[in-house]
Amino acid sequence: MAAEVTTQSAVTKQQTEKWFSKKNIRVFTEPLVENNPITFQVLGICSSLAVTVQMRTALVMALAVTSVTALSNVAISVLRKMIPAKIRIIVELAVIATLVILVDQILKAYLFNISKQLSVFVGLIITNCIIMGRAEAFALQNKPWPSFLDGMGNGLGYGWILMVVAMVRELLGNGSFFGFRIIPEGWYAAGYENMGLMVLAPGAFILLGLLVWIQRTITKTVHE
Amino acid sequence: MHTNAYTFRFAAIVTIICSILLAGAATILKPRQSDNIKLDKKTNILASVNIRPEAGQKFSRDEVFDLYEKNISEVVLNMDGEIVTDLKAEDLDPKKQPQLMPLYIKMRDGQADAVVIPVSGKGLWSTIYGYLALDTAYTTVIGITFYSHGETPGLGGEIEKAWFTSNFSGKKIRNEKGELVSIEIVKGKVAEKVTPEEAYHYVDGISGATLTGRGVNNFLLKNLRKYEPYFRKNMKSGEGSI
Repeated sequence: MAAEVTTQSAVTKQQTEKWFSKKNIRVFTEPLVENNPITFQVLGICSSLAVTVQMRTALVMALAVTSVTALSNVAISVLRKMIPAKIRIIVELAVIATLVILVDQILKAYLFNISKQLSVFVGLIITNCIIMGRAEAFALQNKPWPSFLDGMGNGLGYGWILMVVAMVRELLGNGSFFGFRIIPEGWYAAGYENMGLMVLAPGAFILLGLLVWIQRTITKTVHE
Repeated sequence: MHTNAYTFRFAAIVTIICSILLAGAATILKPRQSDNIKLDKKTNILASVNIRPEAGQKFSRDEVFDLYEKNISEVVLNMDGEIVTDLKAEDLDPKKQPQLMPLYIKMRDGQADAVVIPVSGKGLWSTIYGYLALDTAYTTVIGITFYSHGETPGLGGEIEKAWFTSNFSGKKIRNEKGELVSIEIVKGKVAEKVTPEEAYHYVDGISGATLTGRGVNNFLLKNLRKYEPYFRKNMKSGEGSI
């Protein structure tokens, strides 16, 4: 695979960059940690509080957001030279809204129970600042392939934080992992109780705060 | 810079492409989606009369339709409790015809074994939907399910969990005189809040979800009242007063 890529890029070296050049890989990995949309840019908080009670819903949400950011970035990037500057925000919104509704319809048709649990939050992906932000900040200035990577990176960066928060919340709040009971019944009999705070939004807030703290301690990034 | 004419053209084209995409997707996926909704309702009607898969198992699509076909027959009632014969329960639109309501009858060997009524109303944050199954004396609750709500997960959301709904089974919606008293969710535990003589129509509450419980109390009574004319008509004399 790697050999294939190198020979291919050797041929087309003059015209195009390598598909997995250092720069492109950076575009993909940066939003995973140091420029993470949730813990660094503090975007998309609303949905990360709402859908992280269970891991299953968090996973579907993460996949939905990732596919929407990636595809909207590609679409906006393809159109970037044609979009009139005056109406670019509206056009971005139309593209994003179309993709989100498509995702919502597909979930309703194929993952009905999960779409019931996610309810309004799938529709609200439209207002997720991450997607609009990437379209504005990246896709309008870059070619489709890096835009796709940027979308994937940001979606996954959002997604893994969601999964971590959901894992802690589900484990402490429900005693389960992906719906499977982890805390043995015996513990409950012995007086162990699920932590009610974790099922509520404040529990997610506290966890997110801790994640932001950890992240900034490691990457040594401070705002202002 | 682009000209204004170009801007308008561009906007129009984007709009048209987006709408074609969405209309196409909606049309293609519609049958499957409405199928899912039907399936969900049928699964819940079956669950309310205790036809449910074994713990950890799931009914397949076909199993649900098959079991439903075998066990449940649907009728439509008007406000006076009379059966309207020329209508089907699944064609009812409660918004257009609030005076008509569906009733699901569980059959066993050709005999009515239980009746299921849809119940819905406001909880704390959302409209809650569910099904309530009664025996054919229209007195004892066989089961209840809540299949759609937007209550807080872990608090009001617990209404859909088995530990809560199973408390309803065996409770009575009538007092000794046969009057409708509905089922009430108490704040706290039944054993601590009401006398043993009264406990027949109370169930344990969910801590932290008093308002959701209050909402459920209200709409259970309201929905049962709507069906009361039918129950009265079909109750064999004397049976209701047991």
